Amino acid sequence: MAKVLVFIDNPGQALKKSSLELLTIARSLGEPAVAFNGELHDDAAAALAAYGVQALYRPSAADLDDYLVGPKASYLAAAVQTSGATVVLTENSAEGKEIAARLSIKLGAGVITDVVAVDPDGTAHKSVLAGSYTTTARATTPVAVLTVKPNSITPEPAVTGTAPEAVTIEVPETATAASARVTARSEKPESGRPDLTEARIVVAGGRGVDGDFGPLEALADALGAAIGASRAATDAGWIGHDAQIGQTGKTVSPQLYISAGISGAIQQKAGMQTAKVIVAVNKDAESPVFEIADFGVVGDLFQVLPQATAEIKKRKG
Amino acid sequence: MEESLKIIVLVKHVPDAQFDRHLAGEANTVDRSESILSELDEYALEAALQLSEARGGEAAGNKVIALSMGPAGAVNAVKKSLQIGASEGVHLSDEALAGSDAAATSLALAAAIRHLGADAPADLILTGMASTDGETSLVPAQLAERLGLPQVTFAASLELDAGKLTARRDGDTHADTIETELPAVVSVTDQINDPRYPNFKGIMAAKKKTITTLSLADIGVDPAQVGKAGSWTAVETAEVRPPRTAGTIITDEGDAGIQLVEFLAAQKLL
Ligand SMILES: Cc1cc2nc3c(=O)[nH]c(=O)nc-3n(C[C@H](O)[C@H](O)[C@H](O)COP(=O)(O)OP(=O)(O)OC[C@H]3O[C@@H](n4cnc5c(N)ncnc54)[C@H](O)[C@@H]3O)c2cc1C
Repeated sequence: MAKVLVFIDNPGQALKKSSLELLTIARSLGEPAVAFNGELHDDAAAALAAYGVQALYRPSAADLDDYLVGPKASYLAAAVQTSGATVVLTENSAEGKEIAARLSIKLGAGVITDVVAVDPDGTAHKSVLAGSYTTTARATTPVAVLTVKPNSITPEPAVTGTAPEAVTIEVPETATAASARVTARSEKPESGRPDLTEARIVVAGGRGVDGDFGPLEALADALGAAIGASRAATDAGWIGHDAQIGQTGKTVSPQLYISAGISGAIQQKAGMQTAKVIVAVNKDAESPVFEIADFGVVGDLFQVLPQATAEIKKRKG
Repeated sequence: MEESLKIIVLVKHVPDAQFDRHLAGEANTVDRSESILSELDEYALEAALQLSEARGGEAAGNKVIALSMGPAGAVNAVKKSLQIGASEGVHLSDEALAGSDAAATSLALAAAIRHLGADAPADLILTGMASTDGETSLVPAQLAERLGLPQVTFAASLELDAGKLTARRDGDTHADTIETELPAVVSVTDQINDPRYPNFKGIMAAKKKTITTLSLADIGVDPAQVGKAGSWTAVETAEVRPPRTAGTIITDEGDAGIQLVEFLAAQKLL
C-alpha cells in the first residue's frame, strides 16, 4: 500500500481540525505516517493513534522554528526517504506551501497547492483563477506533494487505532546553512472566535463599518462566526491584517459569508466567491457585491446588523 | 557609503483580472491575450527601486534588472518596469517554455539568474507575494532552493543595513522578524509600500534602456527540462465554474434584519 506522509508543524496541545482532515485524507490514499516538528503532547499523540497513524517521525533538532522554512524542508525530505512515502500532505498555509515548494525541489516531486479533494488514485481537485475554474491535476513524478485547504473533508478516526513509536530523523547539518533566521516572534492575541479559514460562517466588514466593528462582532458571536475584513478596513487599521480576505489576504470558502459595508472589488471577490451562500449588506444598490450575493440588503449596516443579531438571539432563545 | 546593489526583480505578465480570465489549449494553460504587469510585482519593483535610491541609485552603480519569462507579449511587463524605473530589462522567451509549471518555471528562472550573475552575482532577487494568475506562491521558495539561497518570503517590511537584511513577516498566529545575509530571494506583500506610477520622464527614459532577450540556449537549459515535458504536474481537466448569479435583493424598509434572518433560517444556516 502507498505510504502517505503528513507533516504536522507544532501539533500543540490538541491537533487542529485541519490536521485531522489531512490524516483522514492520508488514510483514504494508503498507509498514513506523520512527521511532526516541535513537542508532541499526550492528547495530540492519542489523536494520531486514533487516526490510524502507522509510523511517526520527529526531527533530531529542536531549533527548526528558529529558521524560515529551509531546515523544515530538509527534515521532511529525510523523513520522506526513511518512510518511503509517495505522497506528502501539508497544510495550505503560506509556510506549508513554502515547505512544500522547497521539498519538491529536493525530491524532484510535483507539488499541487490549494487542493480541496484527492481521489484514491492521487488526482487532486482544486479551483483556479480566483475560483472561476475547477480543475483536476496530478503530479507526474514518483512522489507527489499536496497542500490541502482546510474544510476539505470531515475528519474521521480510524476503525482500529494504532500505537506508533516516534522514530528520530537526523536533520542534515547543512540544513540551516542557507536559511534566514527568525530573530523575534510576537504571538498575536487569540480572539476566542473560530479560525478564519476554517470557520463555517464568516462575517466580514469593509470601509462602510467606519472604524466600528462592534455590530459585526455581535452578529458573529450570535452565529458562532469568524470576523473578516476588506483591505480598506485592514489598511485603515480598524482590524488586524490577518483578518483580510481577498487576493492578498486569506481565501475562505465558508457555508455562509456575510459581507457588510464592502463594495465587492475584484480582489475582495477573489477571496470569498467560493463561499456556499453569500449575504451582502450595503447602502449602495449599485455595489458590485450584489452581483454575487444570494441575498442582498440595500441598507445601512448599523441598522440591519443589530436587528438581525437581536432576531437571531430571540430565535435561539 | 553603502556598497552598491545588483537587484533582479521578477516580473510576470498576467491576464488582467478586470476581464474574464480563461484556461485554454490541451494543457489547460492560462490564456494571456489581455495581459498586464502583475500588480503584485509592482510592490517588488518599488522595493527594489527604494533600496537602490537609498544607495545613490544608478549613478552610484546600483542596478535594478527586471526579468520576465513568458511569450512575446511578456516584453510588455519588462517595458512597463523600465518606465517605472528599472535600469535594464531581460526577457526570457522560448517556445519550449510554454506550459511550464512552478517547478519548470523556477528551473528556467534560476538558470537565467545565474546567467545574469555570470560577471557579478545578484545581491537580491525580489518577487511579488504570488502571481495573480497561478496564485501558488511556489516559485520564490523553489527558486531559493534551486539557487541554494535563503528565502525571506511575504516580507511586509524590509531593511538593509551593512549587508544584513531584516524583514517583518505577518503570520496567522504570530508576527516574525526575519534576518539574513545577502544574497537572498525575497518576496514582498502589498503591505510593504505604495508602488509609484510611471511618469512622463520615466516613459521617455525607458526608450533608451536596453532589453535583452534570452533563449533557453543562451542560459544553457535543455528544452526537455521545461514546458509541459519538464513539468512535474499536469492539469488534466478544467471546468468553468458557473458564475454566481445575483439572488434576492431587498431594500431596507425597517425590517431587513429580520428578513435576513428568515433567509438564513430557510437556508438552514442558523
Ligand atoms: C494589489 C491589490 C491587492 C488587493 N488585495 C485586496 C484583498 O486581498 N482584499 C480586499 O478586500 N481588497 C483588496 N484590494 C483592494 C480592493 O481593490 C478594494 O479597494 C477594497 O476591497 C475596497 O474595500 P471596501 O469594499 O471595504 O471599500 P469601498 O470600496 O470603499 O466600499 C465600501 C462600501 O461600503 C458601503 N457602505 C458605506 N457605509 C455603509 C453603511 N453604513 N452601511 C452599509 N454599507 C455602507 C459603500 O456603499 C461601499 O460600497 C487590493 C487592491 C490591490 C491593488
